[in-house]
Amino acid sequence: MKKESVLIRLRGISKSFDGETVLDNIDLDIHDKEFITLLGPSGCGKTTTLRIIGGFETPDSGEVFFEGKLINDLPPYRRQVNTVFQRYALFPHLNVFENIAFGLRIKKLCEEEIRTRVKEMLALVNLRGFEKRHVSTLSGGQQQRVAIARALVNNPKVLLLDEPLAALDLKLRKDMQNELKNIQQKTHITFIYVTHDQEEALTMSDTVVVMSEGRIQQIGSPVDIYNEPVNAFVADFIGESNILDGVMLEDYKTKFSGQVFSCLDYGFEKNEPVDIVIRPEDVDVVPVERGMLTGKVINVTFKGVHYEVIVEIDGFKWMIQTTDYVAPEATVGIYIEPDAIHVMKKSQYSGKIGDYSSYSEELEHLSDVNEIPPAEVRYEE
Amino acid sequence: MRSSVRHRSLLERAAAAPHVVWAILFIVAPLLFVIYFAMTDAEGNITLKNLASLADYSNIFLLSVSFAFIATLICLLLGYPLAYFMSRASKPARRALLLLLMLPMWISLLIRTYSLMALLDNGGLLNTLLVSLGFERIKIIGTGGAVILGMIYDFLPYMVLPIFTVLTKLDPRYIEAAADLGCNGLQVLGRVILPLSLPGVISGITMVFVPSISTFYISQKLGGGAFELIGDTIERQFQHPSTYHTGAAISLVMMILIIISVAIMNRFSDNGGGFVV
Repeated sequence: MKKESVLIRLRGISKSFDGETVLDNIDLDIHDKEFITLLGPSGCGKTTTLRIIGGFETPDSGEVFFEGKLINDLPPYRRQVNTVFQRYALFPHLNVFENIAFGLRIKKLCEEEIRTRVKEMLALVNLRGFEKRHVSTLSGGQQQRVAIARALVNNPKVLLLDEPLAALDLKLRKDMQNELKNIQQKTHITFIYVTHDQEEALTMSDTVVVMSEGRIQQIGSPVDIYNEPVNAFVADFIGESNILDGVMLEDYKTKFSGQVFSCLDYGFEKNEPVDIVIRPEDVDVVPVERGMLTGKVINVTFKGVHYEVIVEIDGFKWMIQTTDYVAPEATVGIYIEPDAIHVMKKSQYSGKIGDYSSYSEELEHLSDVNEIPPAEVRYEE
Repeated sequence: MRSSVRHRSLLERAAAAPHVVWAILFIVAPLLFVIYFAMTDAEGNITLKNLASLADYSNIFLLSVSFAFIATLICLLLGYPLAYFMSRASKPARRALLLLLMLPMWISLLIRTYSLMALLDNGGLLNTLLVSLGFERIKIIGTGGAVILGMIYDFLPYMVLPIFTVLTKLDPRYIEAAADLGCNGLQVLGRVILPLSLPGVISGITMVFVPSISTFYISQKLGGGAFELIGDTIERQFQHPSTYHTGAAISLVMMILIIISVAIMNRFSDNGGGFVV
């Protein structure tokens, strides 16, 4: 994607609540017409970042620039951004039409223009004929659409979306993902989207910002983030990955699990300790004699499109996704192409994540990101 | 829930019995008596004469309604900002303010009214203070203002509390959403906070207006006998058995008027969602 000019610039943003650091020195550029997603587990600071851009929180330190102008102290009503709130916050005393018309009435537009623009919005979000309906009679998905229309009708430069799909069921969420992406492409408005759902982030975004513990871990396109994670946290949070302890012997040559492998990575110190990421779908199961490594199959789970196989090699449990059936307890070889190996610098997350030794179906469900996280939004009491 | 209404167990009936007995003895029976006395003469014959004679009291009705209206309006103008301020205060401050507001309510209404007399009388605290400071004495007791002041003083908490309750329950995201859509502070108040707190306002208006319009001791103590309100008239009628019937007729009409106005009030708050006085 061609990079447009920078619309919002965050510099050195820090914020803490009750002495607890929520954002730690954040730098971020948001480009015009971009669909950018702030992705991370709950408590990583993504919602606070969004609220600072919206003007609902003031950073303790750092600067927020909008089109080059410092807007730290600009109240929300004077910012050219609109928000789709978590759980929508539609006004319960107004019907669908008046909810959407709310911002236009504040701007004191004439009745005719208001009617035209609200109609346009209702068409855009597929809610024609819902004008007179009371918001409490709408389904979650419909309320979601009204919330989007209510924000977009004001022609904001930027639309902020705070986990807008978290309360919807899986099927509806998939549909809305596509719809949101379409709306963004139709309207050419910058979307800043907050989610903890990595799949949602990869599906919709031009740019993904992975956050953890109040810091930005990585900024990049979905493909970059997936293929070239910068550290163990990103590799683990985005998709499944086997993260191994390794050593970079020299450019294009690395050693892990007691074997030397060729790879495509370079630019490390000689014999530098590194983290190695290998995605489960990039590992081939082969007969023992052709294997680069050999191990024992611990667990096989049928997943529909593929089998998920846990293989123990040299004390490390690998996750492998393969379309061929593998028998449990069998001894197998694995084969890894050089381009399947991704080498990362050591980080604070090294060694904490990556092994599937604690793997079980139950844990898989526990770590499933489809559940609604505890609201990260905090209001001062 | 619905099935339990159809098949109430014996135990449930037994548990409800004291309340039912209470309601019949002290609410339904007196009401029937009021209706009976209102529709009969001293010999027990059915008549509409009592109701017809009410025209003589129209001035008193009017005075009562206007005093109660003014008191309610002033309570609203004082009470809403106070409730808003309290709902916005920090938790400890909120608790302290709430206590200050509730404290007088723990004292009998009658005693509070007497204490107001002691403060405002010609020889009372206020006038003593004024004289000692070299000002003229002001006559307060015995004026319409004193009666209205008494109503406001006695009933203001009933305005503040329901509004305060609604305001504290207001989801702060509505306020953020309004600000997000371009409302400055005043517009947020007018377009979101006020409409959403309407149920509390309606409740407060009812809870101040109804006791104000039917009070008799406030007008007697603070009005110095110069103002006869409808409550005083009813009280006077019931002091002599011969005028029971007129008193009952006035009470009946009052009740009907109050029920009608409460019903109208509840209409307004229908949009605000399930709310009953």
